[in-house]
Amino acid sequence: MPAAPDTLPDVQTVYLDHAATTPMLPAALEVMTTHLRDVGNPSSLHASGRAARRIVEESRETIAQAINCRPGEVVFTSGGTESDNLALKGLFWSRHDADPARVRILASSVEHHAVLDALHWLEAEELAVVELLQVDRRGRLDLDGFREAVERDPASVAVISVMWANNEVGTLQPIDEVVAVASAHGIPVHTDAVQAVGAVPVDFAASGVDALTLTGHKLGGPYGVGALVLRREISLTPLLHGGGQERDIRSGTLDMPAIAGFATAVEHAVKAQPEYAERMAALRDDLVRRVTEMVPAAHLHGDVDHRLPGNAHIGFPDCEGDSLLMLLDARGIECSTGSACSAGVPQPSHVLLAMGCNEEGARHSLRFTLGRTSSSSDVDALVEAIGPAVERASRGARDR
Amino acid sequence: MKVVAAMSGGVDSAVAAARAHDAGHDVTGIHLALSRNPASYRSGARGCCTLEDANDARRAADVIGIPFYVWDLSDRFHEDVVEDFMDEYAAGRTPNPCLRCNEKIKFAAVLDRALDLGFDAVVTGHYAHLRTAVDGTVEMHRAVDPGKDQSYVLGVLTQEQLAHSVFPLGDTAKPAVREEASRRGLLVAEKPDSHDICFVADGDNAGWLREKLGERAPNHGGAIVDVSSGEQVGRHDGTYGFTIGQRRGLRLGVPADDGKPRFVLDIEPVSGTVTVGPREALTIDRIVADRPRWCGAAPTSYHGGVQLRAHGAEHRATVVVDDDRVEIELLDPAQGIAPGQAAVMYDGTRVVGSATIVSTARADVSA
Repeated sequence: MPAAPDTLPDVQTVYLDHAATTPMLPAALEVMTTHLRDVGNPSSLHASGRAARRIVEESRETIAQAINCRPGEVVFTSGGTESDNLALKGLFWSRHDADPARVRILASSVEHHAVLDALHWLEAEELAVVELLQVDRRGRLDLDGFREAVERDPASVAVISVMWANNEVGTLQPIDEVVAVASAHGIPVHTDAVQAVGAVPVDFAASGVDALTLTGHKLGGPYGVGALVLRREISLTPLLHGGGQERDIRSGTLDMPAIAGFATAVEHAVKAQPEYAERMAALRDDLVRRVTEMVPAAHLHGDVDHRLPGNAHIGFPDCEGDSLLMLLDARGIECSTGSACSAGVPQPSHVLLAMGCNEEGARHSLRFTLGRTSSSSDVDALVEAIGPAVERASRGARDR
Repeated sequence: MKVVAAMSGGVDSAVAAARAHDAGHDVTGIHLALSRNPASYRSGARGCCTLEDANDARRAADVIGIPFYVWDLSDRFHEDVVEDFMDEYAAGRTPNPCLRCNEKIKFAAVLDRALDLGFDAVVTGHYAHLRTAVDGTVEMHRAVDPGKDQSYVLGVLTQEQLAHSVFPLGDTAKPAVREEASRRGLLVAEKPDSHDICFVADGDNAGWLREKLGERAPNHGGAIVDVSSGEQVGRHDGTYGFTIGQRRGLRLGVPADDGKPRFVLDIEPVSGTVTVGPREALTIDRIVADRPRWCGAAPTSYHGGVQLRAHGAEHRATVVVDDDRVEIELLDPAQGIAPGQAAVMYDGTRVVGSATIVSTARADVSA
């Protein structure tokens, strides 16, 4: 069977929203669809079960090798949201049970909602006290504030969560420094690395984090599968109870075909990372340069140096971001006003607000994210369309 | 034409959008997020991702095959419609927020934005009929389905607004619209009609106002006085809970001399007095209104019809216009007409314009 071409099917679409989801790697698609024909529950004892189990364990080993952890530290889940919830609730419960004085959870104020809302739930329904830590104007964690928050009373901190890379503005967080402070006090650190794996070097063992979230569909794997990488020594209270799969941490029949596709994608993404990052960064810099040439008032948000290679988050003053999105969409150019929201009501981004943008400014932005299938023709199309679109969208904003 | 179709998630706007699409227009569906539901982590609702109506509208757009977006107009809606609603009740008047929404939101904020973004018109599922006269002006007429006619709540639209409006349902009866929705595979075909004020979820106006007005309420209670005896016959918790012509919920301690039910005749927010009296005292035939909005050229005086509430009867009337002041003399008297309500003026089936009622009187009683 010839492999499908590694491009999006519709040539008219200029897809600049790879941080929302990125097309499946053809090899991952092939592995997954092949295994969808197999029968056999990985928990069954017979030959078909063993065959399925073997695929799952090989996939686990592949992922472990790619991000440098032990195979037994990979816990398969349904994706990023589940992994974040499992890490934060599981670690909080376990640490709080061991010592009721541990009530504080520290996290950056620019975390994904899968982290923030899990934390707010823990605060509202459990005994947690959540402290959201400030970031600077580029979206990077304020380390002095962080250190102060920990050292004020280290014994009361149950868990710390700081994302590896921000999903909206692409800012990379100082994970090494966070771990250095936390480990001095024996506090576990979770990091949401959903946007980071495959885009920047991610080495679990070397990073010193205790729990790391990754997901399939952001790096060329299928939807609905991800993993929480959890240091073997860490105990964690499960969210899902049942058949006792995944060391009793995450019950539920393993989705073997999706796991196989996920592992293929992780292996490829990590192997290709240096070349990918270089190509994306060049393309991204070209995009930013040419868009700001067309629209001189436009400006890049986030951190120029510590940044995901494929992320261009651009503010267009006096333009409603959602008007701009609609005008570009009508031209086949697909981007985002922030993180995707299923009802489509644009809310001012908590990330931009945390970075010191006012509500007006937070509504004036678009996120363009590049990925494996992006090319210079995508950038060309955007550069051609952006001027007139901004002109129209700012006319709309001016009247109000 | 390039048009935006305002899609509420109901059957009417879905069919209107589908008809505009069939007619060859380049249609983009939009759902207006009007509810101000600020970020609240605790409830898990972020003012998005929870709206069933938005999803219904989105699914209808999918079935029709048009792009779909949600436009957040909650701030404008709050300022122009909800705040106005509260101010009007606090001042003892009875506003019509649907009219206000059409005037300020659907055919103003939305239309302006659409025009700015390169669209030519707004399509809605309102039941009204637009016709272009020989001189090129756009006339608005009552819909063919008298039970559904919504020209009253559109009476605030000016010629400029009408020229950029499309009402594809004006020539169709409601059952036929439902049938058509079902034939088109629109899942909202059986969805019940909405009736209540959209931002007062349970329909309890007085309860909603009590909660929202708070310190802004002109009073938190006062006397209920009988018009004939001048005596106090009860107490109330706030004048904003009443509307002229209201009978229920008065909880009067003293029965009327004639044993007949009493109705709210007057609301005086400053003194906090609510005056009640017999049904006959509600009858009026003189109306003074202001803030007129004309669908075309402003008339001076004419004989025609006036409608005083949504789905109310049309009264024969003589209308005299003096700049911003509109004097209406009803040939058929009306009952229970409150300041704040809109008087929409008709010439046959054609809407002439509307004005906001300031005061009412009875020819043989007062000057």
